[in-house]
Amino acid sequence: MAVLVAVAVLAIASPLRGGEQVSHDDAAQAERTELEAARDAKYAEIRDAEMDYRTAKLSEADWRGMDRQLRREAVALLHRLDELEPEP
Amino acid sequence: MVALAGSVCLAAALAICLYGIGASLYGVRAGRRDFVASGRRAVYALAGLLVVAMAILQMAFVRSDFAFELVATHSSTTTPLFYRVTAVWSSQEGSLLLWVLLLALWSSLILFMTRRRLREVAPYATAILLGFGAFFCALLVFLESLFAVLAAPPAEGTGLNPLLRHPSMMIHPPMLYSGYTLFAVPFAFAIGALVTRRLGSEWIRSTRPFTLAAWLFLGMGIVLGARWSYMELGWGGYWAWDPVENASLMPWLTGTAFLHSVMIQEKRGMLKVWNVSLVLATGVLAILGTFLVRSGILESIHAFGASTLGIPFLVLIVVMIGGSIALVASRADHLRSEHRLDSLLSREAAFLLNNLVLVALCFVVFWGTFFPLISEAFTGEEASVGPPWFNRYIAPLALILVLLSGIGPLIAWRRATAANLRRNFALPTGVAVAVLVGLIVGGVTGSLGALLMFVFAAFVFGALGQELVRGVRARRAMSRDSAPVALVALVRRNRRRYGGYTVHVGVAVLFVGVAASSAFQDQRLVELRPGQTQRVDDYAITYERPTSRLVAASNGRLERIDLGARLQVREGDGGPVRVLETFKSYFPSTDASLGPISRFFEGEATSEVALRAGFREDLWAAVAPDIGRLRPRIEEGDEVFANATELSREDRGAFLAEALRGLSRSYTDSPPPATFRFIASPLVTWIWLGALIVFFGAGIALWPAGAGARRRATATGLARVARELERA
Repeated sequence: MAVLVAVAVLAIASPLRGGEQVSHDDAAQAERTELEAARDAKYAEIRDAEMDYRTAKLSEADWRGMDRQLRREAVALLHRLDELEPEP
Repeated sequence: MVALAGSVCLAAALAICLYGIGASLYGVRAGRRDFVASGRRAVYALAGLLVVAMAILQMAFVRSDFAFELVATHSSTTTPLFYRVTAVWSSQEGSLLLWVLLLALWSSLILFMTRRRLREVAPYATAILLGFGAFFCALLVFLESLFAVLAAPPAEGTGLNPLLRHPSMMIHPPMLYSGYTLFAVPFAFAIGALVTRRLGSEWIRSTRPFTLAAWLFLGMGIVLGARWSYMELGWGGYWAWDPVENASLMPWLTGTAFLHSVMIQEKRGMLKVWNVSLVLATGVLAILGTFLVRSGILESIHAFGASTLGIPFLVLIVVMIGGSIALVASRADHLRSEHRLDSLLSREAAFLLNNLVLVALCFVVFWGTFFPLISEAFTGEEASVGPPWFNRYIAPLALILVLLSGIGPLIAWRRATAANLRRNFALPTGVAVAVLVGLIVGGVTGSLGALLMFVFAAFVFGALGQELVRGVRARRAMSRDSAPVALVALVRRNRRRYGGYTVHVGVAVLFVGVAASSAFQDQRLVELRPGQTQRVDDYAITYERPTSRLVAASNGRLERIDLGARLQVREGDGGPVRVLETFKSYFPSTDASLGPISRFFEGEATSEVALRAGFREDLWAAVAPDIGRLRPRIEEGDEVFANATELSREDRGAFLAEALRGLSRSYTDSPPPATFRFIASPLVTWIWLGALIVFFGAGIALWPAGAGARRRATATGLARVARELERA
C-alpha cells in the first residue's frame, strides 16, 4: 500500500519536476477554440438548413435566403479566426 | 491488514483531492501549467486509489470474509456469487464508494480528453470535480466505516436483502450513479465557464457527450428500477411515485430540457442564462437525488438528525445552489442572448415550449416529493400525496410533451411559413385522425387521456416516418444510393438529428404503453382454493394445485422456502391452456430469539410473479400463501426444538431439514385458500420496448463521428465558404 501511495505521489508531482511552465497564450488559445467551436456550429447550421430544405420544411426561396445569411456569418467567423495570431 | 490498506486508500484519496483542488486553482491563477497538470494527475491518482479500495472490498465480499463488518451485515455464504459481487453497493457505505469511484473515473476521462483544450476553464472544473471527490471521501473517512473490522467475526453473514436479488436491481445502482456522476461533469465545466467568463460553445461541445451519456445511464437506471418494481415487489405496477423513484427522475427531466435548449444556444446564441441555470440545477438535483436515497429524510423530518449524512449533504447542496446563483447573477452581462426569437412558428419556439413542459414536470415531481417535509415544517403534521395527485398533473403535461416531440421535427429552424406547415403537418395529422377514428369505431373510448395519448403518438410516428422517408429520398437524389445504403449514410451524417428522432419514437411508444396499461388494466384480488377459477379480462385462470420446495444454496445450507401455486390459463373460449407458476420465497430471519422453524417465516419474503408477457397484453399473477394456517405446526416444531437440548449440531440440522420438509408437504397436502392478485394489462411490453428504442437513439446520437468525417465536414465547409469569399 505504501508503494501504491508513493506511485500516486510521484505521478502527481512529476509535472512539477520539469521546472516552471508559465502559460502566456491561454487566453489567445481560448479565444481561438471558442471561434472554432462557433465556426463548426455555423457549418452544422448550414447543413441543417439544407436538410430542412431537402425534407420540405423550407421553400427554396427561404432556404437560399437563410443559406446566404448563414454563410455571411460563417465568413465573419473565418475573418475573426484569421485575425488571431497563428497557433504555435 | 487488508482492511487497513483500504482505509489508507481512502485517507490518501482525500488528501489527494485537497491537494488537487489547491494545485488546480493556484496553477490557473498564477498561469502555471505545471501545477494545472499536477492537479489533473491528482484526479487520475484519485481514480486509481478508489479502484484499489473497491477491489479490496469486492474481494472481501467474494471470499465471504466476515471479519469485514460490511460483508457480515450485507452478505452470506448462501448468497450467489453474482449478488456477492454486487452486494458492495447495497450498503450506504459501499454505495458512497461506488459514487465517488464513478465520479473519479468520468472526471479522469473528461480531463484527459480536454488536456490540451479549455485551458482556462478546465482547471476550475478540475477543482469542482475534486471538491465533490473530497466531500464523498471525507464522508467515508470520518462518518462512515467502510473498512470496519469485527473483533469476533461471525460464522455466517446476515445475507443480502432478498428484495435486491434481482439482476436489474443490482445493475440499477451503477447505472443511476453513472448518471449522477456524469452530470457532475457539465456542472463543473459550467462553473468553470462562468468563473472565466468563457461562455461560448466550446465548454458545451466538450461536455456534450458526457451530458448525453449521463442522460442515457440515468434513464437506464430509472427503467431498470421500474422493471424491478414490476417483477419483484408483488403489486403489479412499475411506477409508484415513490420518493426514491422521483429523486432520479428530476435530474433526468432537467437534463432532457438542457439537451434540447442547448441546441438553441449553439445555433442562435440564445437562452444562455436558461441553459447554464438548467445544467447547474441538474447537477444540484443529482446530488439531491443521492442525498434523498441515502439519508431517509423523506420518511420524517425527525430522521434528518438521525442520519449522519443529513447535515453534510445539506451544506453541500446549499453551497451549490448559493454559489450557482451568485455566479450566474454576476455574469449576467456575458450571458446576454446574441439574437431574439425570429418567429413563434419555429423549432426554437417548439423547443422553448418543450423546456417549459419539462421544467413544469420536474416542479410537479419536486413538490409532490417534498410535500410531506413542507407540510410537517409548517403545520407540524406530515401530509403526503400519492399517485392520484401526481397523475392528475403529470398526465396532461406528458400529453403535451409527446405531441411536441412530433411537432418539433416538422418545423424549420428560425422561421416556418404557413405553407410549409401545411405541407409538413398534413400526413402526420392524417395518420392521427385515422387512428382516432379507428379507436372510436373500435370502442377504445374508456379513457380520454389514453385516447389522446394514442392519437398524439400516432402523430409522432407519422411525423418521424415522414422525416425519415424524405431524408432518404433527398439522400438518394444526391448520391444515387439504394434506399438501405442511403438510410445508413443519412443517419451517419446526421447522428444528432436522427438519434433524437429515434428517441422521440421511443418516448411515444413508451407513453402508449403507460397510457394503455394504466387506463385499461383489469386487476382482481381474490382468494381461491385448488380447482377454483377466476376470470380476468379474456382469461380464465384456474388454481390447479399448490407447490412447495426447499431451496439450498451452493454450499448446501438451506437458503429459503418457496410456497406457491401452479395455474392453468386459458385465453378466450377454446384457446390453448398454458401453465404459469408463481410463488413466495421465505428467507430466514437472523433474529436468534426466534425458533428455528418460525424464523423462516419471520424474515424477508419476496414474490416471484408469474408473467406471460406479450406484445398485446401482459398477464401477471402473484400469490400470497396463507401461512397463518401453518402457525400451529410451526409453533409445535419450535417447541420440540426448544426441548431437544440433547441433540448434537448435526442431528439438529437433519431434524430441522426433516421438519421443514414435513411443513412444506403439509402445505401441499392440505392447502389453505391462497390470495391471488391477477392483472391483465395491455401494452406493458411497449414500455420496455419504448425504453430500448430510446436507449438505441441515444446511442446513435452519442456515437462519435469518425475523424475522417470531422475533417471532411470541416474541409468541405471551408471550401464552400471560401468559394463564397471569392465571389463576395
